[in-house]
Amino acid sequence: MADKRSALATNMRQNVAFYSAIAMLVALYLVYNMLHPRGFSAAVLIQNSNESVAIVFLAMAQTVPVLLGGLDLSVGAIMTLANCIASEVVNGSPLQIVLGMIITLATGTAFGLVNGLIVVYGRLQPIIATLATGAVAVGLALFIRPVPGGNVDDDISWALTNDLYEFVDTYGLFDADAGWFQTISWIPVPLLIVVMIAFGVWLPFKRTVTGRTIYAIGSAEGAAYMSGLPIDRAKIAAFTLAGFFAACGGLYLAIQTSSGNADITQAGAYTLNSIAAVVVGGTSLLGGVGGAIGSLVGALILRVISFYFRIVSIDPLLQPLVEGLVLLVAVSLGAFRTLRVKNQLNLFR
Amino acid sequence: MAFDIPSLKTEDKPMVIASAFILVILSIGTVYTLSTQGSAPLLSPGYLLQQLQTGSFLGIVAAGMMVVILLGHIDLSVAWTMTAAAMMATTVGGEWAIPTGIAVGAAVGLVNGFGVAYLRVPSMIFTLGVDSVLRGLMVAHTGGFAPQDSATPLMRTLASDRFLGIPSAIFVWLAVSVVIAVMLKRTAFGREIYVTGNREVAAYLSGIRTRRVILGSFVVSGICAALAGVMLAGYSARAYQGMGNPFLLPAIAAVVIGGTRILGGQGRYIGTLIGVILIVLLNSVLSIMQMPEAGRQVIYGSVIISMLLVYGRGNKVHS
Repeated sequence: MADKRSALATNMRQNVAFYSAIAMLVALYLVYNMLHPRGFSAAVLIQNSNESVAIVFLAMAQTVPVLLGGLDLSVGAIMTLANCIASEVVNGSPLQIVLGMIITLATGTAFGLVNGLIVVYGRLQPIIATLATGAVAVGLALFIRPVPGGNVDDDISWALTNDLYEFVDTYGLFDADAGWFQTISWIPVPLLIVVMIAFGVWLPFKRTVTGRTIYAIGSAEGAAYMSGLPIDRAKIAAFTLAGFFAACGGLYLAIQTSSGNADITQAGAYTLNSIAAVVVGGTSLLGGVGGAIGSLVGALILRVISFYFRIVSIDPLLQPLVEGLVLLVAVSLGAFRTLRVKNQLNLFR
Repeated sequence: MAFDIPSLKTEDKPMVIASAFILVILSIGTVYTLSTQGSAPLLSPGYLLQQLQTGSFLGIVAAGMMVVILLGHIDLSVAWTMTAAAMMATTVGGEWAIPTGIAVGAAVGLVNGFGVAYLRVPSMIFTLGVDSVLRGLMVAHTGGFAPQDSATPLMRTLASDRFLGIPSAIFVWLAVSVVIAVMLKRTAFGREIYVTGNREVAAYLSGIRTRRVILGSFVVSGICAALAGVMLAGYSARAYQGMGNPFLLPAIAAVVIGGTRILGGQGRYIGTLIGVILIVLLNSVLSIMQMPEAGRQVIYGSVIISMLLVYGRGNKVHS
C-alpha cells in the first residue's frame, strides 16, 4: 500500500503540469455550470462537447510532432482537407457512409505520412516543411470545394452530435427506453468518440517501441540514435498519427456542420490554437515531455474559457482581448521555472 | 569577412539556385503571355517596378523576420503588429502618424523580447499570444469595423508615389535593407545575433548579454512590421482588419528560401532579398495565368518544398 502511494506521489510530482491542467479544467467547468442558467444539464454538456471535438482532435494531432521537438503547421490544413472530402463522400447507403469515413480518415493519414517522409528523407525542418505542405493541403481542399457547402447524411449528423439515447434511437439498435440504459443514455456521443480515440489509439501507441522512441527523440535525439531506437520510423509514425487525428477532427466537423468549408483563415486559426492547447495541456514545446491526453485537457480548458463569454456579461468587443490575455498569461505561467533555476546555464537550450 | 570564407560555398548555394529559379519563373510567365496575348509584360521595367512596389511591404516584414529567425526564434505576431501600427497611425493622424505607428511596433517588440528573453517562454507560443492580444486590442479599439480614418499624405507618398520614376516604396525597402544588412554584417550587435543564434550558452559564456540581443532583435522585427503596416495603410489609403494576415507565412517562407537556417545562426541578408523577389514574382506570374486560389496554394507549397529539398536539407542523423 505504501508502495502504491509513493508511486502515485511520484507520478503526481512528475506530471505536475498535467494534473494542474485537469484541476483547472474541473474547476473552470464546475463554476461555468454554476453560473449557467441551465447548468448541470445534459443539453449544455452536449452542446459544449460538440463545439470542442474539432479543436481537441487538432490538439492531439499537434502533440505528437511536438513531442519529437518538432511542430506541425499543417494540422489545420489537413483538417480542412478532410472536412471538404467528408462533405463529398459521407452520404448515401450505410455502406457508402462507412466507406466515405474511411476514405476521409485515410486521406488525412496519408497526408501525414507524406509529411513524415518529407521530414525524414528530405531532412527538412518540420516547421517549414509542414508550412509548405499545409499550403498544398488547403489548395487541394479548395479544388474539392471552391465554395462552402456539401452534403452529409442527416441521420449520422443527428446521431453523432447528440446523446447516446438519440444514437441508439436513430439506428434502432435496441429499445432505447430500456431501464438499464437510462443511467448512461445521457452521455454525449462526441465525448465518447473523443475518449475512445484518445484512449484507444493514443495510449496503446504510446506504449509501443515507436511511441517511446518519439519521447526519446524529443529528449535527446543523439542518445536515442546511439541506443539503436528506430528514429526514422518514429518520426514518420508521429506525423502520420498527427494526420490521422487531424482527419478525425475534419470528419467530425463535416458531420457536425453537414458541410465542408475550405477556409484558409480558419485552418490557420485552428493550427495556432492547437499549439496553444498543447502548451496549456503541459506538453513542452522543446519535446520529450507531455502527451495527447494532456492536450485534450488543454484544448478543453481553452474552449471552456471561451464558453464563459456567453454567460458572463462582457462587452463582445472585449472578448478577443480577454481570450488573448488568458492565452498569454497561461503560457507565461511556465516562466516561474526561471525563478527556481539555480544554474543560469540551464535556462539556455 | 574572414568569418564566412570557410562556409562560402554552402552559404552561396541557396542564393544561386533561388536566382536561377527567379529566371525560370520569369521565362515561364513570358512564354505564357507570349503564347496567349502575344506580348511580354513581365519583362517590361514598368511592370517589374510595380511588382516590386507591392513586394516592398513583404520585403520589409521579411527583413525584420530574418533577424529573429537568425536567433533561432520566430515572430508570429507580425500580422497584427502591422495592423495595429497602421490603425494607430491612421487614428492619430497628422505628422505624428508614422512615429506613432513605429512606436507601436517597438512596444510590441519589447513585449515579445521580454517574454522570450527574460521569461524564457518559447517564441513560437509567446508571439502567438501577443498576436491575439493585439487582435483583441484592435477589435476593442475599432469596434470590429474598418476604421474610418484615412492615411496621412506622408504615408501615401511613402507607399504609392513615385520618385525619379521609381515607386518610393522601393526606396524605403532599399533603405531598410541597407540598415539591416549593415547591422548584421558590420555591427557588434549583428555579430552577436549570429553567435547567439548558433549556441546561446556559448554566447552567454563568452560574455555576450544574450537576453539583450534577443530583446533587441524582437524590437527590430516589431519596428519593421510596423513600418510595413504603416506603408500598407498608405498604399490602400486606410487601415483595415486583418491587413497583415497575408504577410506572415510568405515572410517566413521568403527568409527560409533565401537560405537562412530556421534553427538560427546562419543566413545572409541578400538571400532574404532574393527570397522575397522570388515569392513576389511567383505570385504575379500565377495571377497573370489567372490561376485559381486552389492551384496557387498547391504550387506555392510545392515550390517551397522543392527548393528546400534542393538546398535546405539538414545533416544526417548524428550521434
